[in-house]
Amino acid sequence: MTINQSGWKPTSPTAKDGGAPATFTGNRALMLEEPLIFEIGDLHTTGVDFPDGDVAGSRLGDLTRKDPIGLAGLSEPETVRHYTRLSRQNYAIDLGLFPLGSCTMKHNPRLNERMARLPGFADIHPLQPVDTVQGALGVINELAHWLITLTGMHGVAMSPKAGAHGELCGILCIKAALEKRGEGHRKVVLVPESAHGTNPATAAFAGFTVEDIPATPDGRVDTVALEARLGPDVAAVMITNPNTCGLFERDLKRISDAVHAAGGYVYCDGANFNAIVGKVRPGDLGVDAMHINLHKTFSTPHGGGGPGSGPVVLSEALSPFGPLPFTARHVNGHIQLVEEETAGDDHPDTFGRMTAFQGQMGMFTRALTYILSHGADGLRQVAEDAVLNANYVLRSLEDTLDAPFAASGPCMHEAIFSDAGLAEGFSTIDVAKALIDEGFHPMTMYFPLVVHGAMLVEPTETESKAALDQFIGALRSVAERAKAGDQSLKTAPHFAPRARLDETLAARKPVLVWKEKPLAVAAE
Amino acid sequence: MRYLPLTSHDRESMLATIGAAKIDDLFVDVPEAARLGGPIDGLPMHASELSVERHMTKLARQNLVAGEVPFFLGCGAYRHHVPASVDHLIQRGEFLTAYTPYQPEIAQGTLQMLFEFQTQVARLLGTDAANASMYDGSTACWEAIGMARRITKRGKAILSSGLHPHYVSVAKTMAKYTGDALETSLPTLSAETDIEALIAAIDGDTSCVVVQYPDILGRIADLTPLADACHAQKALLIAVVTEPVALGAIRSPGEMDADIVVGEGQSLGVGLQFGGPYVGLMGCKDKYIRQMPGRFCGETVDADGKRGFVLTLSTREQHIRREKATSNICTNSGLCALAFSIHMTLLGEAGLRRLSGINHAQACRAAERLAKVPGVRVVNDTFFNEFTIDLRKEARPIVRTLADRGVLAGVSLGRLYPGEESLANGLVVAVTETVTQEDIEALATALEEVLA
Repeated sequence: MTINQSGWKPTSPTAKDGGAPATFTGNRALMLEEPLIFEIGDLHTTGVDFPDGDVAGSRLGDLTRKDPIGLAGLSEPETVRHYTRLSRQNYAIDLGLFPLGSCTMKHNPRLNERMARLPGFADIHPLQPVDTVQGALGVINELAHWLITLTGMHGVAMSPKAGAHGELCGILCIKAALEKRGEGHRKVVLVPESAHGTNPATAAFAGFTVEDIPATPDGRVDTVALEARLGPDVAAVMITNPNTCGLFERDLKRISDAVHAAGGYVYCDGANFNAIVGKVRPGDLGVDAMHINLHKTFSTPHGGGGPGSGPVVLSEALSPFGPLPFTARHVNGHIQLVEEETAGDDHPDTFGRMTAFQGQMGMFTRALTYILSHGADGLRQVAEDAVLNANYVLRSLEDTLDAPFAASGPCMHEAIFSDAGLAEGFSTIDVAKALIDEGFHPMTMYFPLVVHGAMLVEPTETESKAALDQFIGALRSVAERAKAGDQSLKTAPHFAPRARLDETLAARKPVLVWKEKPLAVAAE
Repeated sequence: MRYLPLTSHDRESMLATIGAAKIDDLFVDVPEAARLGGPIDGLPMHASELSVERHMTKLARQNLVAGEVPFFLGCGAYRHHVPASVDHLIQRGEFLTAYTPYQPEIAQGTLQMLFEFQTQVARLLGTDAANASMYDGSTACWEAIGMARRITKRGKAILSSGLHPHYVSVAKTMAKYTGDALETSLPTLSAETDIEALIAAIDGDTSCVVVQYPDILGRIADLTPLADACHAQKALLIAVVTEPVALGAIRSPGEMDADIVVGEGQSLGVGLQFGGPYVGLMGCKDKYIRQMPGRFCGETVDADGKRGFVLTLSTREQHIRREKATSNICTNSGLCALAFSIHMTLLGEAGLRRLSGINHAQACRAAERLAKVPGVRVVNDTFFNEFTIDLRKEARPIVRTLADRGVLAGVSLGRLYPGEESLANGLVVAVTETVTQEDIEALATALEEVLA
């Protein structure tokens, strides 16, 4: 029995591109259509060989599985081909410039991958006796030391699994600190309009009320409005620095002082730390907590949407409240893992555990490898080149695209443009989709919300000048077509594996899993 | 520096284009007092591949590698053999170095993979639908508790004593802030699970019951009566699976009418990695999908009518809903989900069932052998590939002693439940297909010597 009762039929190719001939397979040379595993696999095929022998089970109670699960199997060659074909339908940093603002799509060095796969890191269990994993705890401690030193902070919580998890960690530290002070009544968290959506979502999860802080016309936090709102009900301010408009919040120290004077804490969203690593330490600007996306600043791969890793650096005021478990080096050089057992003595104010184990070890090894490769001097150069590249894009295109904050001074690691000046009926999405045809991943679209039709371009430091020049040329060309009302942009992309996809249909009638077609349909 | 393509000539010409005299002119908004004048003191400078490799290798050698010794640890992370092609495929740059598929026209590879993953997970867990993955099993578990609160509009969750204590710990942390009341209890070193006690505890205020299957001691119980009892009170049953390979051998929680099923997917494709990154599995009945956190991939068509996939139902998510989102979650565990999915495709139905059969058979052999060790009592009547033994003396120092002898014997309950005397003698032993007869004999012999 195969799972694919209906038989897989490739979608009929359309005769576009000036009447290029249809093909029998639906493929177009290297552009290969690939069915789902459930359409080509079956319940009997396996790509794994197992030893022969009796596997009679006797201790499963009366719960032995009787019905098929419905999992499609492929042989090894078919499996390799399936996923290789799928991979070729993806854009990736390895293929070209990926200027997705706020996401820091930089080159992922393969040395990091090799180090993470050393059996001494990849093949150890989180619950092994700590004596047997001293090297792994050493990696965590060494990375922690770098993160603390680079940020000028007091401590770091390593276990958060991603940036948003790190935000939650920081906010829970703040909550715990307030409760310890007997000020659990502080319920308001102030969040600028330009913040990532995770900021308000995190604060709300922790039971805080979120209030927006407006931005000034030059793209920064309205310091006057923020200071006016401070008071005995304000728990914290969450600020992204550099902010999502690509600008450094030059008043951050003043804001921090005011927030502290009013009894609150400063949370800094560190998603954009790449722009300032080695140039300025957030601790010197009064920050109490900041998550660091290891998958952004420290080049651990994004992997098509994770895994991330979001260690949180903490001020002296917040460090006592950080989560379990954490590593502590004892005087004899032996590294101890502080868990619930010893927390009472070593870490009594912890807010608790956020995840089952020690965090994203596989990301720690990659990030530490990257940090050691760059060193203190190289990381500083990272920030400088990232900022240089973004300003180069900004100044090269401000004559063509509206750059709302061009007059606000230099940008940091990302340049922001708007859709102002495009022809009537044309918007950011049309520019973005046309960039796909030019062989680039588009910039971040429609974020931050404070800019109409925002196009947020973050080239990163790992792009050469030649790559930037080609991108600038392509974006200028597309922008000029959009200003001239070139209708072909509305149907872009024309050369991608798929044309624009119907997202409304997907949301209105969600199809989230593959289902066998009814046999009656299959017979047609 | 090998990762930075700009030459000093490039930098000069770019600064000229920008109209800046020097690089620090671009950092003028950083207050001068805070601007660092050079590399931070006390940190090393850049290093070659070779020297970094030496440093990392030295650290790696300070760890006792699971694959080099008889190895029996489980309790939420299992050592399975991962076929070579899995790691090869996930290292293809088009998967490894892609972002979240926000531009679906050039991300169909990731999207189709996620759709296949969701289908595999839903079928394995026995649910109608599944999301595109969570951080790990423990975070998926507390997200499920939050989901049950939103669905039932009730705030009391009953956690089985058989739920992994770290999962309980995570839920307790989060409950402090969400206001959920959690009822928790400790397991006992007996063959009986707490299903009957859970049934008795359900009332009209209960949002959900959270039960692990197989549980932390490895025991397996039919969840059907528990599901019925939950539904009689309009509460939800959340089942937690930390060892998905088990579901090749035993009925899925969904088949037993669990409403939400979460799991740790690390067993397939991902490896041990000292605790992370892992991949959280999460599935539920169709009627609850709009309350589910995390990303979904859905099928649709493109402008030419071709089938394609997109991220969907994002109106639940933080980037749209901000403070009203179902969760603050942003990242999923994409690459680990890919590893899981490739491994599952290689196995297929037949391979998974064979794999689970081998695991169970090998665990049965180990239990039989260990039962013959004087001083050892096998606690479980039922188990899949993990069971608990009672050593009649404190297990934790014995685990340390055995580690010194080069046997990683299992997870002592003293490690998981520090200070709980009633559990201190318990040792949880996991036996997967990677464990050989010689390994079992080595463990049994070492225990015989230590317990004598």
